[in-house]
Amino acid sequence: MTQKITINLNGADVTAEVEPRLLLVHFIREVANLTGTHIGCDTTSCGACSVVLDGKAVKSCTLFAVQADGRRIMTVEGLVTGGQLHPIQEGFHEKHGLQCGFCTPGMMMTSYAFLQNHAHASEEEIRWAISGNLCRCTGYVNIVEAIKYADAKLHAPAAGGA
Amino acid sequence: MIPAEFQYATPPTIPEAIALLQAHQDAKILSGGQSLIPALKLRLATPPLLVDISRIAGLTTLSEAGGWLHIGALVREADLEESPLVRSRYPLLHDTSHVVADPLVRNLATIAGNLAHADPANDHPATMLAYRAEVVATGPSGARVIAVDSFFTGLFATALAHDEILTEVRVPAPMAGSGGAYLKLERKVGDFATAGVAAQLNLDAAGRVQQIGIGLTNVGPMAIRARRSEDVLRGQSPSDALIAQAAALAQEDCDPTADLRGSADYKRNMVRILTMRALHKALERARA
Repeated sequence: MTQKITINLNGADVTAEVEPRLLLVHFIREVANLTGTHIGCDTTSCGACSVVLDGKAVKSCTLFAVQADGRRIMTVEGLVTGGQLHPIQEGFHEKHGLQCGFCTPGMMMTSYAFLQNHAHASEEEIRWAISGNLCRCTGYVNIVEAIKYADAKLHAPAAGGA
Repeated sequence: MIPAEFQYATPPTIPEAIALLQAHQDAKILSGGQSLIPALKLRLATPPLLVDISRIAGLTTLSEAGGWLHIGALVREADLEESPLVRSRYPLLHDTSHVVADPLVRNLATIAGNLAHADPANDHPATMLAYRAEVVATGPSGARVIAVDSFFTGLFATALAHDEILTEVRVPAPMAGSGGAYLKLERKVGDFATAGVAAQLNLDAAGRVQQIGIGLTNVGPMAIRARRSEDVLRGQSPSDALIAQAAALAQEDCDPTADLRGSADYKRNMVRILTMRALHKALERARA
Protein backbone atom coordinates (compact mmCIF):
# COMPACT_ATOMS: atom_id res chain seq x y z
CA MET A 1 0.00 0.00 0.00
CA THR A 2 1.46 3.34 -1.01
CA GLN A 3 0.88 6.79 0.31
CA LYS A 4 1.32 10.20 -1.21
CA ILE A 5 4.03 12.39 0.25
CA THR A 6 5.57 15.74 -0.57
CA ILE A 7 9.11 16.56 0.41
CA ASN A 8 10.73 19.91 -0.18
CA LEU A 9 14.01 18.94 -1.76
CA ASN A 10 16.52 21.74 -2.21
CA GLY A 11 13.71 24.28 -2.33
CA ALA A 12 11.39 22.46 -4.75
CA ASP A 13 8.48 20.25 -3.71
CA VAL A 14 8.69 16.64 -4.89
CA THR A 15 5.43 14.68 -4.65
CA ALA A 16 5.24 10.93 -5.11
CA GLU A 17 3.28 7.82 -4.18
CA VAL A 18 5.65 5.71 -2.11
CA GLU A 19 5.65 2.57 -0.02
CA PRO A 20 6.17 3.36 3.67
CA ARG A 21 9.27 1.16 3.64
CA LEU A 22 11.02 3.34 1.06
CA LEU A 23 14.11 4.78 2.69
CA LEU A 24 14.72 8.49 2.28
CA VAL A 25 18.01 7.86 0.48
CA HIS A 26 16.18 5.79 -2.16
CA PHE A 27 13.56 8.53 -2.50
CA ILE A 28 16.30 11.05 -3.12
CA ARG A 29 18.27 8.91 -5.56
CA GLU A 30 15.56 6.97 -7.38
CA VAL A 31 12.39 9.06 -7.14
CA ALA A 32 13.92 12.55 -7.31
CA ASN A 33 16.89 11.30 -9.38
CA LEU A 34 19.44 13.22 -7.32
CA THR A 35 22.36 10.83 -7.18
CA GLY A 36 24.81 13.09 -5.39
CA THR A 37 23.74 11.50 -2.10
CA HIS A 38 25.66 8.25 -1.81
CA ILE A 39 24.82 4.92 -0.24
CA GLY A 40 27.85 3.62 1.60
CA CYS A 41 27.42 1.10 4.40
CA ASP A 42 23.61 1.13 4.50
CA THR A 43 23.92 0.34 8.23
CA THR A 44 23.94 3.80 9.91
CA SER A 45 27.72 3.77 10.26
CA CYS A 46 29.47 5.65 7.46
CA GLY A 47 27.52 8.88 6.85
CA ALA A 48 27.95 8.86 3.05
CA CYS A 49 24.15 9.32 2.80
CA SER A 50 24.06 12.37 5.11
CA VAL A 51 21.52 15.03 4.17
CA VAL A 52 20.15 18.03 6.03
CA LEU A 53 16.62 17.59 7.42
CA ASP A 54 15.07 20.83 8.69
CA GLY A 55 18.55 22.15 9.47
CA LYS A 56 19.99 19.00 11.07
CA ALA A 57 22.32 16.50 9.43
CA VAL A 58 20.87 12.98 9.43
CA LYS A 59 21.64 9.64 7.82
CA SER A 60 19.13 9.22 5.01
CA CYS A 61 19.56 5.42 5.04
CA THR A 62 18.04 5.38 8.53
CA LEU A 63 14.89 7.35 7.90
CA PHE A 64 11.84 6.49 5.82
CA ALA A 65 10.72 8.93 3.15
CA VAL A 66 7.26 9.03 4.77
CA GLN A 67 8.87 10.41 7.94
CA ALA A 68 10.11 13.38 5.91
CA ASP A 69 6.64 14.14 4.46
CA GLY A 70 6.08 17.89 4.58
CA ARG A 71 9.62 18.60 5.67
CA ARG A 72 12.66 20.26 4.08
CA ILE A 73 15.62 18.23 2.85
CA MET A 74 18.83 19.64 1.48
CA THR A 75 21.26 17.48 -0.44
CA VAL A 76 24.65 18.19 -1.95
CA GLU A 77 22.91 19.39 -5.12
CA GLY A 78 21.43 22.23 -3.07
CA LEU A 79 24.78 23.77 -2.15
CA VAL A 80 25.47 25.55 -5.42
CA THR A 81 23.62 28.82 -5.93
CA GLY A 82 23.63 30.62 -9.27
CA GLY A 83 26.56 28.57 -10.51
CA GLN A 84 28.64 29.63 -7.52
CA LEU A 85 30.20 26.94 -5.33
CA HIS A 86 29.20 27.14 -1.69
CA PRO A 87 32.13 27.99 0.63
CA ILE A 88 32.02 24.37 1.83
CA GLN A 89 32.52 23.09 -1.71
CA GLU A 90 35.17 25.72 -2.34
CA GLY A 91 36.95 24.61 0.85
CA PHE A 92 37.01 20.95 -0.20
CA HIS A 93 38.38 22.05 -3.58
CA GLU A 94 40.97 24.49 -2.25
CA LYS A 95 42.22 22.29 0.59
CA HIS A 96 42.09 19.01 -1.31
CA GLY A 97 39.49 17.64 1.13
CA LEU A 98 38.84 14.54 -0.92
CA GLN A 99 40.61 11.75 -2.70
CA CYS A 100 38.11 9.21 -4.07
CA GLY A 101 35.18 11.52 -3.28
CA PHE A 102 32.74 8.90 -2.09
CA CYS A 103 32.30 10.32 1.42
CA THR A 104 32.41 13.92 0.18
CA PRO A 105 28.69 14.70 -0.28
CA GLY A 106 27.95 13.42 3.24
CA MET A 107 30.96 15.20 4.70
CA MET A 108 29.85 18.44 3.09
CA MET A 109 26.24 18.18 4.27
CA THR A 110 27.30 17.42 7.84
CA SER A 111 29.76 20.32 7.73
CA TYR A 112 27.12 22.60 6.21
CA ALA A 113 24.68 21.90 9.05
CA PHE A 114 27.44 22.24 11.64
CA LEU A 115 28.57 25.64 10.32
CA GLN A 116 25.01 26.96 10.37
CA ASN A 117 25.26 27.22 14.14
CA HIS A 118 28.98 27.11 14.88
CA ALA A 119 31.40 29.92 14.03
CA HIS A 120 35.19 29.85 14.46
CA ALA A 121 35.02 26.22 15.54
CA SER A 122 38.05 24.58 17.10
CA GLU A 123 39.67 21.60 15.43
CA GLU A 124 38.30 19.41 18.23
CA GLU A 125 34.74 20.65 17.63
CA ILE A 126 35.08 20.04 13.91
CA ARG A 127 36.43 16.54 14.41
CA TRP A 128 33.59 15.77 16.85
CA ALA A 129 31.02 17.14 14.37
CA ILE A 130 32.20 14.84 11.57
CA SER A 131 32.76 11.82 13.82
CA GLY A 132 29.73 10.11 12.26
CA ASN A 133 31.17 10.44 8.74
CA LEU A 134 33.85 8.02 7.66
CA CYS A 135 36.54 8.69 5.06
CA ARG A 136 38.51 5.61 4.02
CA CYS A 137 41.16 7.51 2.04
CA THR A 138 42.47 8.77 5.44
CA GLY A 139 41.71 12.28 4.31
CA TYR A 140 40.60 13.74 7.63
CA VAL A 141 43.45 16.25 7.91
CA ASN A 142 42.47 17.98 4.69
CA ILE A 143 38.76 17.58 5.39
CA VAL A 144 39.24 19.49 8.65
CA GLU A 145 41.22 22.13 6.74
CA ALA A 146 38.39 22.39 4.20
CA ILE A 147 35.83 22.93 6.97
CA LYS A 148 38.05 25.56 8.60
CA TYR A 149 38.30 27.33 5.25
CA ALA A 150 34.51 27.38 4.91
CA ASP A 151 34.08 28.46 8.54
CA ALA A 152 36.41 31.43 8.00
CA LYS A 153 34.68 32.42 4.78
CA LEU A 154 31.13 32.02 6.10
CA HIS A 155 31.81 33.82 9.35
CA ALA A 156 34.23 36.51 8.25
CA PRO A 157 33.51 39.94 9.73
CA ALA A 158 31.54 41.96 7.20
CA ALA A 159 33.95 44.01 5.09
CA GLY A 160 33.64 47.76 5.43
CA GLY A 161 31.45 47.46 8.51
CA ALA A 162 30.95 50.43 10.79
CA MET B 1 18.66 -3.31 2.62
CA ILE B 2 14.89 -3.13 2.29
CA PRO B 3 12.59 -3.79 5.26
CA ALA B 4 9.60 -6.09 4.97
CA GLU B 5 6.37 -4.33 4.08
CA PHE B 6 4.52 -2.53 6.84
CA GLN B 7 1.75 -0.03 7.25
CA TYR B 8 2.54 3.38 8.60
CA ALA B 9 0.41 5.66 10.76
CA THR B 10 1.06 9.12 12.19
CA PRO B 11 -1.55 9.56 14.93
CA PRO B 12 -1.84 13.21 15.97
CA THR B 13 -2.57 12.48 19.63
CA ILE B 14 -1.49 10.02 22.32
CA PRO B 15 -4.98 8.45 22.73
CA GLU B 16 -5.10 7.78 18.98
CA ALA B 17 -1.62 6.23 19.10
CA ILE B 18 -2.69 4.02 22.01
CA ALA B 19 -5.84 2.95 20.15
CA LEU B 20 -3.68 1.84 17.21
CA LEU B 21 -1.42 -0.14 19.54
CA GLN B 22 -4.47 -1.80 21.10
CA ALA B 23 -5.86 -2.73 17.69
CA HIS B 24 -2.55 -4.16 16.45
CA GLN B 25 -0.79 -6.45 18.89
CA ASP B 26 2.39 -6.62 16.78
CA ALA B 27 2.63 -2.91 16.01
CA LYS B 28 5.83 -1.08 16.93
CA ILE B 29 6.23 2.52 18.05
CA LEU B 30 8.50 4.59 15.79
CA SER B 31 10.09 7.74 17.13
CA GLY B 32 13.73 8.55 16.35
CA GLY B 33 14.02 5.17 14.67
CA GLN B 34 17.78 4.88 15.06
CA SER B 35 17.55 1.42 16.63
CA LEU B 36 14.26 0.28 15.08
CA ILE B 37 15.01 1.11 11.45
CA PRO B 38 18.34 -0.79 11.40
CA ALA B 39 16.47 -3.76 12.93
CA LEU B 40 13.75 -3.48 10.25
CA LYS B 41 16.35 -3.32 7.49
CA LEU B 42 18.01 -6.47 8.80
CA ARG B 43 14.51 -7.97 9.14
CA LEU B 44 15.22 -8.73 12.78
CA ALA B 45 11.83 -7.07 13.27
CA THR B 46 8.89 -7.33 10.84
CA PRO B 47 6.00 -5.46 12.47
CA PRO B 48 2.87 -5.11 10.30
CA LEU B 49 2.34 -1.52 11.49
CA LEU B 50 4.59 1.33 12.59
CA VAL B 51 2.96 3.92 14.82
CA ASP B 52 5.04 7.05 14.30
CA ILE B 53 4.59 9.22 17.40
CA SER B 54 6.89 11.98 16.16
CA ARG B 55 4.03 14.23 15.00
CA ILE B 56 2.26 14.23 18.37
CA ALA B 57 2.34 17.71 19.94
CA GLY B 58 3.47 18.36 23.49
CA LEU B 59 6.22 15.76 23.79
CA THR B 60 9.25 18.04 23.44
CA THR B 61 9.37 19.44 26.98
CA LEU B 62 12.84 19.90 28.43
CA SER B 63 12.51 21.90 31.63
CA GLU B 64 12.68 21.79 35.42
CA ALA B 65 9.56 21.87 37.57
CA GLY B 66 8.71 20.58 41.03
CA GLY B 67 12.15 19.18 41.75
CA TRP B 68 12.45 17.22 38.50
CA LEU B 69 13.90 17.68 35.05
CA HIS B 70 11.05 16.72 32.71
CA ILE B 71 12.16 15.28 29.39
CA GLY B 72 9.43 14.67 26.80
CA ALA B 73 9.35 11.56 24.66
CA LEU B 74 10.43 13.42 21.53
CA VAL B 75 13.49 15.16 23.02
CA ARG B 76 16.46 14.15 20.88
CA GLU B 77 19.92 13.30 22.12
CA ALA B 78 21.22 16.40 20.33
CA ASP B 79 18.69 18.56 22.24
CA LEU B 80 20.10 17.25 25.53
CA GLU B 81 23.68 17.58 24.35
CA GLU B 82 23.16 21.21 23.33
CA SER B 83 20.96 22.29 26.25
CA PRO B 84 22.67 24.85 28.54
CA LEU B 85 20.39 23.67 31.37
CA VAL B 86 21.53 20.07 30.99
CA ARG B 87 25.15 21.07 30.59
CA SER B 88 25.19 23.20 33.74
CA ARG B 89 22.96 21.20 36.09
CA TYR B 90 22.98 17.63 34.80
CA PRO B 91 26.59 16.88 33.80
CA LEU B 92 26.01 13.11 33.96
CA LEU B 93 23.15 13.42 31.47
CA HIS B 94 25.21 15.74 29.28
CA ASP B 95 28.15 13.33 29.32
CA THR B 96 25.84 10.50 28.31
CA SER B 97 24.05 12.28 25.47
CA HIS B 98 27.42 13.39 24.14
CA VAL B 99 28.61 9.81 23.55
CA VAL B 100 25.47 8.06 22.28
CA ALA B 101 26.21 6.72 18.78
CA ASP B 102 27.41 9.62 16.57
CA PRO B 103 26.31 13.23 15.98
CA LEU B 104 24.01 12.41 13.04
CA VAL B 105 22.27 9.62 14.91
CA ARG B 106 21.88 11.96 17.90
CA ASN B 107 19.98 14.42 15.70
CA LEU B 108 17.16 11.86 15.46
CA ALA B 109 17.55 9.45 18.37
CA THR B 110 15.50 10.12 21.50
CA ILE B 111 16.34 9.42 25.14
CA ALA B 112 12.89 7.86 25.62
CA GLY B 113 13.58 5.44 22.79
CA ASN B 114 17.01 4.69 24.21
CA LEU B 115 15.28 3.58 27.43
CA ALA B 116 12.21 1.87 25.95
CA HIS B 117 14.36 -0.19 23.57
CA ALA B 118 16.16 -1.56 26.67
CA ASP B 119 19.25 -2.65 24.82
CA PRO B 120 21.81 -3.40 27.56
CA ALA B 121 24.38 -1.70 25.32
CA ASN B 122 22.44 1.58 25.36
CA ASP B 123 23.94 4.34 27.47
CA HIS B 124 20.97 5.99 29.19
CA PRO B 125 19.74 3.02 31.24
CA ALA B 126 22.84 3.05 33.48
CA THR B 127 22.67 6.83 33.72
CA MET B 128 19.02 6.74 34.76
CA LEU B 129 19.85 4.10 37.39
CA ALA B 130 22.54 6.41 38.75
CA TYR B 131 20.09 9.32 38.84
CA ARG B 132 17.26 7.18 40.33
CA ALA B 133 15.08 8.57 37.59
CA GLU B 134 11.46 7.80 36.79
CA VAL B 135 9.62 7.29 33.55
CA VAL B 136 6.00 8.08 32.77
CA ALA B 137 4.07 5.42 30.86
CA THR B 138 0.81 6.51 29.26
CA GLY B 139 -1.75 3.85 28.42
CA PRO B 140 -5.50 3.41 27.89
CA SER B 141 -6.32 4.24 31.51
CA GLY B 142 -3.97 7.20 31.83
CA ALA B 143 -0.41 7.78 32.97
CA ARG B 144 1.58 5.89 35.60
CA VAL B 145 5.03 6.58 36.99
CA ILE B 146 7.61 3.79 37.00
CA ALA B 147 10.83 4.00 39.01
CA VAL B 148 13.78 3.15 36.81
CA ASP B 149 14.76 0.26 39.11
CA SER B 150 11.58 -1.58 38.18
CA PHE B 151 11.49 -0.40 34.56
CA PHE B 152 14.08 -2.74 33.05
CA THR B 153 13.01 -6.36 33.35
CA GLY B 154 15.50 -8.14 31.10
CA LEU B 155 17.23 -8.18 27.74
CA PHE B 156 15.28 -5.75 25.52
CA ALA B 157 12.42 -6.03 28.03
CA THR B 158 10.71 -3.35 30.12
CA ALA B 159 7.71 -2.91 32.40
CA LEU B 160 5.85 -1.13 29.56
CA ALA B 161 2.69 -2.87 28.40
CA HIS B 162 2.16 -3.20 24.64
CA ASP B 163 -0.43 -0.41 24.68
CA GLU B 164 1.66 1.98 26.77
CA ILE B 165 3.91 4.73 25.45
CA LEU B 166 6.87 6.10 27.36
CA THR B 167 5.83 9.75 27.31
CA GLU B 168 8.30 11.34 29.71
CA VAL B 169 11.57 10.77 31.54
CA ARG B 170 12.00 12.47 34.92
CA VAL B 171 15.40 13.11 36.42
CA PRO B 172 15.62 14.37 40.03
CA ALA B 173 16.89 17.96 40.18
CA PRO B 174 20.40 18.11 41.65
CA MET B 175 20.77 18.60 45.41
CA ALA B 176 23.41 20.92 46.84
CA GLY B 177 26.92 19.57 46.43
CA SER B 178 26.07 17.09 43.72
CA GLY B 179 28.08 15.88 40.76
CA GLY B 180 28.01 13.10 38.24
CA ALA B 181 29.90 11.66 35.31
CA TYR B 182 29.51 9.06 32.57
CA LEU B 183 32.53 7.27 31.19
CA LYS B 184 32.23 5.06 28.14
CA LEU B 185 34.97 2.94 26.70
CA GLU B 186 34.32 2.50 22.98
CA ARG B 187 36.51 1.25 20.17
CA LYS B 188 35.38 4.09 17.92
CA VAL B 189 32.66 6.74 17.76
CA GLY B 190 29.36 5.07 16.98
CA ASP B 191 30.21 1.75 18.58
CA PHE B 192 28.39 0.42 21.60
CA ALA B 193 30.29 0.54 24.89
CA THR B 194 32.89 -2.08 25.66
CA ALA B 195 31.89 -1.00 29.16
CA GLY B 196 30.37 2.18 30.58
CA VAL B 197 29.91 3.55 34.08
CA ALA B 198 27.52 6.27 35.29
CA ALA B 199 28.02 7.82 38.72
CA GLN B 200 25.90 10.43 40.48
CA LEU B 201 26.38 11.57 44.08
CA ASN B 202 26.10 14.47 46.46
CA LEU B 203 28.16 15.51 49.45
CA ASP B 204 26.78 16.86 52.74
CA ALA B 205 28.24 19.88 54.54
CA ALA B 206 30.85 17.68 56.20
CA GLY B 207 31.99 16.27 52.85
CA ARG B 208 30.38 12.86 53.34
CA VAL B 209 28.58 11.06 50.52
CA GLN B 210 24.87 11.48 51.12
CA GLN B 211 23.15 10.04 48.06
CA ILE B 212 24.89 7.93 45.48
CA GLY B 213 23.96 5.99 42.37
CA ILE B 214 26.22 3.88 40.15
CA GLY B 215 25.01 2.25 36.92
CA LEU B 216 26.93 -0.07 34.59
CA THR B 217 26.46 -0.25 30.78
CA ASN B 218 26.76 -3.32 28.56
CA VAL B 219 28.21 -5.68 31.13
CA GLY B 220 25.10 -7.80 31.72
CA PRO B 221 21.73 -8.68 30.17
CA MET B 222 20.51 -5.27 31.31
CA ALA B 223 22.02 -2.17 32.89
CA ILE B 224 23.23 -3.02 36.38
CA ARG B 225 23.01 -1.02 39.59
CA ALA B 226 26.33 -1.46 41.45
CA ARG B 227 24.55 -1.68 44.79
CA ARG B 228 27.46 -2.86 46.95
CA SER B 229 29.67 -0.12 45.51
CA GLU B 230 27.07 2.48 46.44
CA ASP B 231 26.72 1.04 49.97
CA VAL B 232 30.47 1.21 50.60
CA LEU B 233 30.53 4.95 49.92
CA ARG B 234 27.19 6.10 51.35
CA GLY B 235 27.67 8.10 54.57
CA GLN B 236 31.45 8.05 54.22
CA SER B 237 34.12 10.59 53.36
CA PRO B 238 35.16 9.31 49.94
CA SER B 239 38.83 8.40 50.31
CA ASP B 240 40.88 6.93 47.48
CA ALA B 241 40.87 3.61 49.33
CA LEU B 242 37.07 3.55 49.58
CA ILE B 243 36.71 4.47 45.92
CA ALA B 244 39.08 1.66 44.99
CA GLN B 245 37.03 -0.71 47.12
CA ALA B 246 33.77 0.44 45.47
CA ALA B 247 35.38 -0.07 42.05
CA ALA B 248 36.56 -3.57 42.98
CA LEU B 249 33.01 -4.46 44.04
CA ALA B 250 31.63 -3.22 40.71
CA GLN B 251 34.17 -5.44 38.97
CA GLU B 252 32.81 -8.42 40.97
CA ASP B 253 29.15 -7.53 40.56
CA CYS B 254 29.03 -7.00 36.79
CA ASP B 255 28.23 -9.88 34.47
CA PRO B 256 29.86 -9.32 31.07
CA THR B 257 30.14 -11.81 28.22
CA ALA B 258 33.07 -12.09 25.84
CA ASP B 259 32.59 -10.66 22.34
CA LEU B 260 34.61 -8.81 19.70
CA ARG B 261 35.03 -5.94 22.14
CA GLY B 262 36.95 -8.05 24.63
CA SER B 263 36.99 -10.97 27.03
CA ALA B 264 34.80 -11.07 30.12
CA ASP B 265 37.88 -10.56 32.33
CA TYR B 266 38.98 -7.53 30.35
CA LYS B 267 35.53 -5.99 30.61
CA ARG B 268 35.41 -6.61 34.37
CA ASN B 269 38.73 -4.84 34.68
CA MET B 270 37.48 -1.95 32.60
CA VAL B 271 34.42 -1.68 34.86
CA ARG B 272 36.76 -1.32 37.83
CA ILE B 273 38.87 1.35 36.15
CA LEU B 274 35.90 3.27 34.77
CA THR B 275 34.09 3.15 38.13
CA MET B 276 37.12 4.62 39.82
CA ARG B 277 37.47 7.37 37.23
CA ALA B 278 33.73 8.16 37.12
CA LEU B 279 33.61 8.49 40.91
CA HIS B 280 36.65 10.78 40.95
CA LYS B 281 35.15 12.94 38.21
CA ALA B 282 31.76 13.06 39.96
CA LEU B 283 33.46 14.13 43.19
CA GLU B 284 35.50 16.76 41.41
CA ARG B 285 32.28 18.19 39.97
CA ALA B 286 30.47 17.94 43.32
CA ARG B 287 33.22 19.99 44.95
CA ALA B 288 33.45 22.58 42.16
